[in-house]
Amino acid sequence: MKNITEKKNKEIALVGNPNTGKTTIFNALTGLRHSTANYPGVTVEKKTGWMKLPGGEDVSVLDLPGAYSLLPRSLDEDIVHDVLLGVRCDTPPPDLVLVVLDANNLERNLYLATQVLETGIPVILVLNMWDMVRKSSASVDLEKLQKLTGVPCVPTVGMEREGIQKLEAAIASVFMETSPAPANLRFDPFLPEILKIELDKIVVVIENCLKDRPEAVFGESLRLLSDRLFRSSFFEDVEIGNLLRTEILSVRSSLKQRGIDWTSVEPECRYTAIEHLCGQIIRRVPQKALTFSEHLDRILTHRIWGVVAFIAIMGIIFQSIFSWAQGPMNLLSRFIEKLGGLAQGWLPTGPLQSLVVDGIIAGVGNVIVFLPQIFLLFFFIALFEDTGYMARAVFVLDKLMKKVGLNGKAFLPLLSSFACTVPGVLATRTIEDRNDRLATILVAPLMSCSARLPIYTLLIAAFIPNIHVFHVLHLQGLTLLGLYLMSIGAGLGVAALFRKTFLKGNRMPFVFELPPYRIPHLKTVLGTMWDRAKEFITRAGSIIFLLSIVLWFLVSYPKDPVAATKFSAARQVAAKTCSGEVLQERLGLIEHDEKNQQLRSSYAGSLGHAIEPAIRPLGFNWEIGIGIIASFAARELLISTLAIVHHVQPEGEGMTAGLIDALQKQRSTETGKLVYTPLVALSLMVFYVLACQCFSTFAIVKRETGSWGWMFFMIFYMTGLAWGSSFLVYQGGRFLGFQ
Amino acid sequence: MKTMTLDQMTLGERGIIQGYEGEEDLHYRLKELGLVRGTAVLVKRFAPLGDPMEIVLRGYSLSLRKQDAAKILVSRENQGL
Repeated sequence: MKNITEKKNKEIALVGNPNTGKTTIFNALTGLRHSTANYPGVTVEKKTGWMKLPGGEDVSVLDLPGAYSLLPRSLDEDIVHDVLLGVRCDTPPPDLVLVVLDANNLERNLYLATQVLETGIPVILVLNMWDMVRKSSASVDLEKLQKLTGVPCVPTVGMEREGIQKLEAAIASVFMETSPAPANLRFDPFLPEILKIELDKIVVVIENCLKDRPEAVFGESLRLLSDRLFRSSFFEDVEIGNLLRTEILSVRSSLKQRGIDWTSVEPECRYTAIEHLCGQIIRRVPQKALTFSEHLDRILTHRIWGVVAFIAIMGIIFQSIFSWAQGPMNLLSRFIEKLGGLAQGWLPTGPLQSLVVDGIIAGVGNVIVFLPQIFLLFFFIALFEDTGYMARAVFVLDKLMKKVGLNGKAFLPLLSSFACTVPGVLATRTIEDRNDRLATILVAPLMSCSARLPIYTLLIAAFIPNIHVFHVLHLQGLTLLGLYLMSIGAGLGVAALFRKTFLKGNRMPFVFELPPYRIPHLKTVLGTMWDRAKEFITRAGSIIFLLSIVLWFLVSYPKDPVAATKFSAARQVAAKTCSGEVLQERLGLIEHDEKNQQLRSSYAGSLGHAIEPAIRPLGFNWEIGIGIIASFAARELLISTLAIVHHVQPEGEGMTAGLIDALQKQRSTETGKLVYTPLVALSLMVFYVLACQCFSTFAIVKRETGSWGWMFFMIFYMTGLAWGSSFLVYQGGRFLGFQ
Repeated sequence: MKTMTLDQMTLGERGIIQGYEGEEDLHYRLKELGLVRGTAVLVKRFAPLGDPMEIVLRGYSLSLRKQDAAKILVSRENQGL
């Protein structure tokens, strides 16, 4: 419990439109002293930090999400609204708000600022990106702005830490004053008489409650008039609330009768006042020459070159993920094998050794192997975000994505999902609209992630004839391409279906800005990359660690004492009868037999048998059933599971060739027919394209949607889709006479 | 003075916003972004596939979809630049 005699620290919150460099100000103020968490119950990131004022006082700093208005339309904006209006119990309103403005775009940025001024919380206006104002032909009269708004105004360049000292001094002096000067931005001089009369009806009701800050009354009544959902602390008091609601409704209908659109009143009033304000402080000189950014955009958003550039850039990202990452990935997997070997040496033979080596090291290793890919992916994403290209990709792609009911911002998460679904789902956070975001999350696992690739490669190598079609097209390559196209087609199709049915409509129109291009800041790029990779490692890592143990248990238990005695007897016999290399080989075979026996009698084996009736119509036997169950920890485990059940000796690189051979020759003990035909392989590949078999994905979807319901829905629809499609492939193939 | 909708304007054309077609809750956000009656707008560019479009207003650029722009009534200014 907190010591009650301890003086409560003062709290500052940062508020601002998206893309104002709010976070650079936050970083400059707090240095590295910050932590991130989620607001309870929602998936919005809560970033808090600490700073020391010039006087030595510690102050907590909260970086609120970006918002355009205090009438919220997204989860992010809900948070800003709720915190500033004191609705959230977990985050009380701050003692001071720093409204961060893009100094080059004051008119629109001041819209939110005027709303914040009316909350009555002391405000400092931070005019960020001041260097661009200096470079441009415009000028901003800060003194006048300060005089007209009645609050301190500090110019900054967050990136360069310029103006931060002044900002700190301004914060300290606001905290020192006993009663900060009230903001005195006024709207009334610009109002038509009729609106004044109508709004007065609302003013009368709330005036008494806002005695301590009369300057906020007018703006607050504007906000109340416009909010369809009647969000305000005034409604907590039943009597005042009812009266207020009646008045608001009567004002709306009275305005409507006079032909005035009440939903335009607030924005029009505010912008009239802001225009008047800006007219006094901003001096613009029209510029003729195109800026560097505009020159670049002539190419990058050009009708033809824009598309070419987009494809080339995405090609580079893809290339890097799938081929440049290969070297480090091989190194890592060798390192993990070594580590397993070392642990095997250190620990005594027994359940503990098995848990550490086969469970933890192998399980977590399966994920760590993907880190080079994830790091590269995050690096490129951060790089393109920082240069400003990402917004252009949204601009170029939006029309295509709109056709399936998504928007341009869904492209990046879906592209990332080709490497791994987890970072893909995390990347959906940039999508403001709830329905857009949910649809994107739900189809992200359909994008064929790189864990599926080894399975495709193995099955294609084993069962798809290495021949050419029409002399040039390689059938194996075509199959792989087909699987990827199938994954994209399924994802987009399902997205379109969801957006037309239960995820219909939007809460906000799809709008975005194209920020000016700039030279990427290596420190920012690497920092962003590291933050996201860390999130991936901690989120996915912890769940995989736990599940690796569960899966290890399922595969290793129950132990069969009779079999154990049998195998130890066989070892003794071997030790007596042979020696040297022959003995090693013999022992290897015995160990493999034991593993095989163990897997068959394990819980996983029983589960494989148990689900056999369900997967039989797809052409799968219980051995594949075990593989499917093992795949839930990591899909590529299908391969090692098949290797164990089919007695293939693991011999590093040679294992694949051995496994292919074993699969091709495997015959059913009952019918004597081949178990794995090309048709079964095709059905299995289709199943792996569409099925949701990844615990990390479950975990991240649960967290990002904030609901078990959506997670189970995703598992349910993907399993259904996978089963149905495999069924069609297998039964359809048999109907057409294939084996 | 001819009234048309924002999506019908051509590249480089200037206009003044006159209001909105129909009453939709979604329009409120556009108004909050500065697209209110009397605001001067300039069509800056169209995406390579023709949609969305980028416009300049109040000293900043905003990209929006044609389907939303189609709800915004504008009057074309006499001379385009």
